[in-house]
Parts: sequence; structure tokens; C-alpha cells
Amino acid sequence: MSRFLEVDDLHVSFRTEDGVVQAVDGVSFGVDKGETIAIVGESGSGKSVTSASIMGLHNRRTTTITGSIRLGDDEIVGASDHRLRELRGKRMAMIFQDPLSSLHPFFTIGKQLVEALQVHSDLSKAQARVRAVEMLQKVGIPNPEKRAGEYPHQLSGGMRQRVMIAMSLMNDPDLIIADEPTTALDVTVQAQIIELMKKLQDEFGTAIVLITHDLGVVAETADSVAVMYGGRVVERGSVRDIFYRPQMPYTWGLLSSLPRLDDERLARLDPIPGNPPSLINLPKGCVFRPRCQYHQFVEGNRCETERPVLDEVATGHSIRCHLDAAQRERLGTERLMVKTVTSPLKEGA
Amino acid sequence: MGTYIARRLIAMMLLLIALSIIVFLLFAALPTNPAALTCGKQCTPQVIRQNEIRLGYDKPIYVQYGSFMKGIAVGRTFGSGSQTFECPAPCLGYSFFRGANVTDLIKDRLPVTAVEALGAFVLWMVAGVSIGILAALRRGKWQDRLSMALALVGYSFPSFFIGLVLLFFVVFKFKIMAYPAYTPFSSDPGAYLRSFILPWITLAVLYAALYARLTRNQMLDTMGEDFIRTARAKGLTERVVVGKHGLRAGLTPIVTAAGLDLSALLGGAVITEQVFGLPGLGKLTLDAVLQSDLPLMTATVLVIASFIVVANLVVDLLYAVIDPRVRLG
Repeated sequence: MSRFLEVDDLHVSFRTEDGVVQAVDGVSFGVDKGETIAIVGESGSGKSVTSASIMGLHNRRTTTITGSIRLGDDEIVGASDHRLRELRGKRMAMIFQDPLSSLHPFFTIGKQLVEALQVHSDLSKAQARVRAVEMLQKVGIPNPEKRAGEYPHQLSGGMRQRVMIAMSLMNDPDLIIADEPTTALDVTVQAQIIELMKKLQDEFGTAIVLITHDLGVVAETADSVAVMYGGRVVERGSVRDIFYRPQMPYTWGLLSSLPRLDDERLARLDPIPGNPPSLINLPKGCVFRPRCQYHQFVEGNRCETERPVLDEVATGHSIRCHLDAAQRERLGTERLMVKTVTSPLKEGA
Repeated sequence: MGTYIARRLIAMMLLLIALSIIVFLLFAALPTNPAALTCGKQCTPQVIRQNEIRLGYDKPIYVQYGSFMKGIAVGRTFGSGSQTFECPAPCLGYSFFRGANVTDLIKDRLPVTAVEALGAFVLWMVAGVSIGILAALRRGKWQDRLSMALALVGYSFPSFFIGLVLLFFVVFKFKIMAYPAYTPFSSDPGAYLRSFILPWITLAVLYAALYARLTRNQMLDTMGEDFIRTARAKGLTERVVVGKHGLRAGLTPIVTAAGLDLSALLGGAVITEQVFGLPGLGKLTLDAVLQSDLPLMTATVLVIASFIVVANLVVDLLYAVIDPRVRLG
């Protein structure tokens, strides 16, 4: 089954002064039109590099990409600059984290929107401007005619991100990559932006790749989730699989470090100890092994020597882990119990 | 905007007045008697005394300053009785050494310096900015290394050295052109322009080196900005990304530097003018200092200072036009 965007065994590495960074190491996922896949992980897990590779925005001089990224009938890996430029903005568009720095400070909003459209069409400036104002209206910018004549610094953060969304939709693309679209915004504005993206996705039937570390946003928007760690997908499944039936110690850790309102008040957050690995010298076996609390349950020292493969544990739900099904079942249940027992409220009571 | 300009203009006037007071006090403290310069070998204490009275140097310093400022506003008359001479407004004083009104002296020299400065400005902006952009786009490649090495050489050399090297090779060694003696425009326009070629190149080398490095750094900073990534994500060609989005943001700060450098140069390139014997404002200033020509020194310093103050205002106004984020007020 081939989906609209199909990333298959993607490897991305780049040269730096310190050595070769293996930023993405065999990543595969896919998403269909009208669907959202969330790519979740800490900083340095390779999620942003993955998205840049899909857009072809990586530095060609220093970056090596192998594997396959298929967008409809187009293969992106190894595509010509010319073809990539035709696809960028037209069939796939991108929304960035910080809308203030991502918009050109010296051009009006209208001009920047018009330009996005005119690159890919023969529309006149006036026609493009009509569309620009229409899109500004659609993303909920009041008084769009006037706003189009303003500069990015004259708008609030939320309004700017709406402008970015309008810009990404100018050519009615099939795929939108949203790289931490809400991270730089106020919490109340975050919710509005998420709502807006969902609404527009319903209207335009766009496939969305949502890059984020915010599990709240994931739960709100995604259909499926790929959890990345150390440049690899360590768990992949539907949003229900990931939140209700997580099978991999790193995902457990991510979920435990999330504050919850419905949990015991004052329940201690349970962060994952240690830091993400350097992508220059990755551990030989499982990348998560140095931070994993459960590696002693695996027989021998497979976690140190053998790289786990991405195994399907249920339909559409895959993990990279040496723990067997029974161990995961037991540890997964224990994990939830332990958390409740060590709650300081209970200890003190 | 209107109030802003008015406020800036008033501040500018106050600054220039303060500056004129300082210059006046400084020069009054010099152990030179301007009146002694009026008579040369025939000087006797009596003659000097007479001249002091005639020229107003017997008065207290604040009275002298008052007459100086009044001269700028409405003109003044030196001397008394049959030996008076007029100095019409704006009168910047009278050079006893040269026997001429300072205003006329400056008016004579200003066009030479203006042609010199503007020609060099065009050359260095075109050369420096293009080299800088090229170096930024070819970062780390041989084009970048070569141009930055040349830039380092260019601005490491003092201007008199560049000037003399040019003179040596162009005029004496390879005899590409004859010694470019200054010729007034009215007598031979061709020779007039020829006399500027070497000074233009000398100044341009110096500043182009500086601007190549400045432009390169600005462009490298700008090309790493998020909005450049956005431009690429739109599917724009690299030429539009660099030529439109990159340059628009990268060159804006260079306008400031360019405006200020040009204004400083309009005050006269002292060394270059001296090397090439160009009768510009810089040479006039230098001569005034060497000859202890106090009125001329006072006036040239004030004129040069006003260029810089005015240029500052112009650059600030220009900046508000080219950078929409800058609000004046």
C-alpha cells in the first residue's frame, strides 16, 4: 500500500567540523491526503532534518541523502534542483516555528503572499493579490485588505503564524510540513492555530507532517505518530496506539514526562534520565540503551551489540526494541503502577 | 516624521554651535598670534599690534566668537577707515596668510573634493559590494579566499602607500599615463578628469577592501536567516532568493556605513590629496595647519563637522525609508 507521501529507509548525514553527523538513520513513514502524521522527539532526534529533506531544503554541499521520499509520482531524493523548485511551494509547503524570523522583515505581507503564488502561476499581480487577501480572510485575519499592506513586525505572533499558514496554502498544496508551528506562540494562541490547521485540512484535504515535541498537540491533531530518537523511528503507530498502548521504553518515558491534569496533583513528573546521544558517534546497538531503565531484562547484551529492527507488534504499530511481548506487557503495566505508588501526595498522607 | 526632522535639525544646530565654541576655545589657546602672520618679514611689534586691532584680535574671546557667528549669519566687515574689506555672509573668516575670504577658499576647493569623493564612492561601492556578494556566495571556495586575501592586503596598506605604488607603476615604471597634474576643468576637461583617476583608485582600493568584507559578512548572516529558508521553501530560484530577499536585507546596514564614509571623505582625503597634489579640501586643511592659518583651520574643521552631522541625519532618514521596522519619533 503506497501512501501519498512515502518516506522509505531515509538516511541523511552531513559533514561538520567534528565529523560526520548521521542525523537520520533509516527512517520510514507515510501519510495520505487529509491525514496528519506527527513526528515526535527531543531536539536532535532528526525530526527537523527529516522535514528539510522532504522539502529539499538541506545544504546540498555537505549533506548526503539516500533512501526514498515519494510524493505522489515524484521521487524527491536525487531530483533535480529545477524539479524540486517546481514542487516546493506548489505541491508541498512548509510552516516554520518562528513566524517573525521566517517572514521577510522588509516586504509587506501581501507582497510575500503574492510572490508565493506568482512563482508557480502566470497570474497577474492584481489577480494574485485578490487570492492573497482571500487566503488571509480564510485564516482568520481581520481586515485582510489592510493587513496585506502591513509588515510582519506590525502583527502579533498568532497573526504572523496565520500569515505563514495562508502563505503555505496559496498554491493549494497536497502536503504541508509544519515544523513546530506552535512552539513560539502563547498557549491560548497555540490552540487557535491548531484549530485553524485542522479546519483548513478538512477544507483542502491536505496531508500534514507535523513536527513537534508537544504531545498535547499530537493528541489533538494527529492520526498517526512516529516517535524519533537518535535519528531513528523507535515507535510508530496510530495516535491511539501511542497514547494508550505504547510499547517502547522511550515512548513510555516521553509520556511519563508529560504533566497531566487528571493525574494525582503533585504527582512527580518522571523525566527520562540522561541526554540524547551525539549523532556523531552513535552507540553500536540500540540508540536508547544508555538511557533505558529496562535493558537488563533483555537476555545477553543484545541491547549493546545488536541494533533492534523496526518490528510490527500489531497492525500498523511498530517498535524498535529487544524486549519481548510478555516483558513489554508486564513492564508497561508496572510502569503505570509505580508512578501512582510513588506519588508524593500518597507518601505524605 | 515632520516633528522628528525639526527636532533633529535643532539638535544639529546646537551640536554645531557647541562644536564651534570648542574649536574657537582650542584655537585661541594656541600660542600663535594670527596677527603676526599678516606681515611676514616686515613685522614689528607696532605693525602686529595695529593688525590685531584691525582684525579684532585685541577683543576678548567671546566678542571674537560673537563676530565670527555674526559673520556666518549676516557677513562682516574687517578693519576700519580706508582699509576695510567686506566678507559677505556666510563669512567664515579671513585668511591673513592668503589674503582671501575663507568662504571663497573653501568654495574653490569643495568641487575638487566632491568629484574626488563621489568618483571613489561609486568605484568602491560597485567593486566592494560585488566582491563581497561573490565571496559570500562562494563561501570557503577559492573565490572567497582570494577576494578576502586581497581585501586584507587592500586595507592593510595606508593610503599614501597605495598612492605612491600606483604612481610608481602607472606613471614612472610602465608609463601608462603622464603624471596627472591637476588641471582646472575650464582649461581642459579631459586632463581634469585624468588627474582624478589615480586618487579615485587609491581611495577605492582602501574602501572597497573594507566594504567587501562588510558585505560578505552581512550577506553570510542574512543568508542564514529563517526568511531565506522561507523564500527557498516557496520554490523561488536561487537568483531571486539571493538577489531579492538576500540583498534587500543584507545591504540595508551597508547604506549606513556608506553614507557616513562618504561624508567623511567629502571633508577631504588629506593624505591622498597631498600625494597627488589635488587642491581639495583636505589639502587646504593640511596647509592651514602647517601654516598656522587659524581662521582657515577653524572654518575647515567646522565645515567638515557639518558634513558629518548632516550625513548622519540623512542616513537616519534614509534608514527609516528602507527599513520599515524603524520608526522615527
